Amino acid sequence: MSLITSTIGQGLLWGILALGLFLTFRILNFPDMTVEGTFPFGAAICISALVHGVNPIIATILSFLGGMLTGLITGLLYTKGKIPVLLAGILTMTGIYSVNLRILGKANVGLLNKATLLNEKFLQRLPDNFPTIVVGLLFAIFIILLLALFLNTDLGQAFIATGDNEKMAQSLGINTDNMKILGLMLSNGLIGLAGGLLGQNGGYADVNMGIGTMVIGLAAIIIGEVVYGNLSLTARLIAVVIGSIIYRLILLLVLQLGFSTNDFKLISAIILAICMMLPLFEKKFHTRKLLKKGVTKP
Amino acid sequence: MSTILDLQNITTTVNVGTSEEKNILKNINLKINDGDFITLLGTNGAGKSTLLNIINGSIFPTSGKIILKERDLTNLSEVKRAKYIAQVFQDPKMGTAPRMTVAENLLLATKRGQQRGLHLRGLDRHLEEFKRETAQLPNGLNERLNTFVGNLSGGQRQTLSFLMATIKKPELLLLDEHTAALDPNTSRQLLELTNKVVKKEHLTCIMITHQLKDAIKYGNRTIILNSGKIVLDVNGQDKKTLTEEDILQYFTD
Repeated sequence: MSLITSTIGQGLLWGILALGLFLTFRILNFPDMTVEGTFPFGAAICISALVHGVNPIIATILSFLGGMLTGLITGLLYTKGKIPVLLAGILTMTGIYSVNLRILGKANVGLLNKATLLNEKFLQRLPDNFPTIVVGLLFAIFIILLLALFLNTDLGQAFIATGDNEKMAQSLGINTDNMKILGLMLSNGLIGLAGGLLGQNGGYADVNMGIGTMVIGLAAIIIGEVVYGNLSLTARLIAVVIGSIIYRLILLLVLQLGFSTNDFKLISAIILAICMMLPLFEKKFHTRKLLKKGVTKP
Repeated sequence: MSTILDLQNITTTVNVGTSEEKNILKNINLKINDGDFITLLGTNGAGKSTLLNIINGSIFPTSGKIILKERDLTNLSEVKRAKYIAQVFQDPKMGTAPRMTVAENLLLATKRGQQRGLHLRGLDRHLEEFKRETAQLPNGLNERLNTFVGNLSGGQRQTLSFLMATIKKPELLLLDEHTAALDPNTSRQLLELTNKVVKKEHLTCIMITHQLKDAIKYGNRTIILNSGKIVLDVNGQDKKTLTEEDILQYFTD
C-alpha cells in the first residue's frame, strides 16, 4: 500500500514536469531538450537554497524562476540565434551541467533534515507519503487551472496558433518569436519547479538526475493521450498528470516483476516506444483481422 | 481617387555577388488606388509572388520604398504590417490553424494586428457574429463552427481563410492564387464570393491568377509582369475590352 501511495505522489510531481513539456512538445510542436538540464537545475537551486537556510517556499519559487531562465536562453538561441531548436536545447542543457556543478559544489548534495515544503508541520500529521500527494495535488491543480485560463486568453490563443500554423500566425500579426520564447520560459519554469519539488521529496540534488527526464515527460503525455483519446485542451492537461501517475504505476509493476532500479532507464525507453507505436499496432491488428476473414471465408 | 499603396523604384536582387545574381523585380513603380481590384498576371518566374511578398513584408526589397496610406512600410516586418494588410495564400493549409476550431480561427482573425494580452478571449460573445458571417458563405461553415479546421475540406478551409482575411476590414487584401488548389466548381464559388465581398466592402485588392478568363472577368484593373517589369497596366474601359489574345502577347520573352 505504501508503495502505491508513494508512487502516486511521485506521479503527481512528475506530472508537473510533463505539463511543462506539454507546452513545447504538443502546443508549440517541437521537442525541447533543455528539459534534461532544467530539471537538475531546478533541483540544484532549490536544494542549495534550502541548505543555506532559505525559506522552502522561496526556494521552490527560485527553482521555477531558474527554469524560466534556461527556457529564455534556449528561446533566444532558437529564435534570435537561428539555431535549430533541438540543438539549441542540447546546448543549453550541456552548459547547465557545469552551472549545476558550480551551484552544488559537488555531484550530489543531500538535504540533511533541513525544512522543506514537504515536511511542513501541518503536513507531518498526515500518514506516510501523503504529504507528497497533498503537495503534488495542490500544485498540479493550481498549475492546470492557471494554464487552462492562460490558454483561453488572447495571448494564449496566439501561443496555440503559433504552434499550429506559424505562417498564418505571422500573417495575423502574431510575433511568433516572442510566443516561442514565452512558451519555452513557461515550460522550463514548470520543469524547474518539478525539479525543485522532486529534489525536496527525495532529499537531494544530483547533477545527473536530468538524464532520461525527457522520456519520462513524454511517456506521461502519450500515455494520457492513449488512455483518454480526443479531449478538450483543459481535459488534456488533466490527462497528462494522470498519464504521469499511470506511468509511475507501470514502472512500479515492472519493479515488482523483479527488475532492478538499474534497469529503469531501459524500461522507461521501452514503455515510451511501445506507447508511441500503439496506434500502429492497432492498424496492424485490424488488417490482420481482415486477412483472417479473407482466409476463412472463401 | 486616393492612392492606397505606392511602390517606388522597387528592385529585388537575389544571390548578390555570385554568378547566380538575378534581378527578380526591376525598378517597379506602381500606384494602387482606393477600391482598385487588380488582377495580376505573369509567367512563372515573372516576379508576381515576389511582388506580393515585398508588399506583405515577408521579404524586403533591395532598394525602393513601400508607402501605404502615407505610412512608410519599407522597414516594417510582416507581423507589423498585418495591422493593415490581409492575405490569402494558395495552399488552403497555410491560412488556417488545423488543431483549432473554425470559431477559434475566426476569433484570431478578428484581432489581426492587435496587441494580444491576458484578456479572456471571449469566444461566446462572437459566436452569433461568426454564425451570421459564415451563413453567407457557400459551403456550410456555419454548421461547423466548433469543428477542428483540420477536419474540413480544402474548399471549406480556403473559404474560411478568405473570411478570416476580410472579417476585419484590411486596407489592402492580397490574394496569391487563392483558388488554384480547388476543384473548378469550388474555385468558381470562391471567386464569385471574392468579387462580391471586394465590391460590397469596397476593399482594395491584388489578386494573382493564372486563369486568363478570370483575370479578364474580375476586377477593374489588370497588370502583367514579365521578367520583373510591368509590361501592361490597364483599367477602366481598356480593361473591359482586353482579350486573351491581347494578354498572351505580353507573356513572350
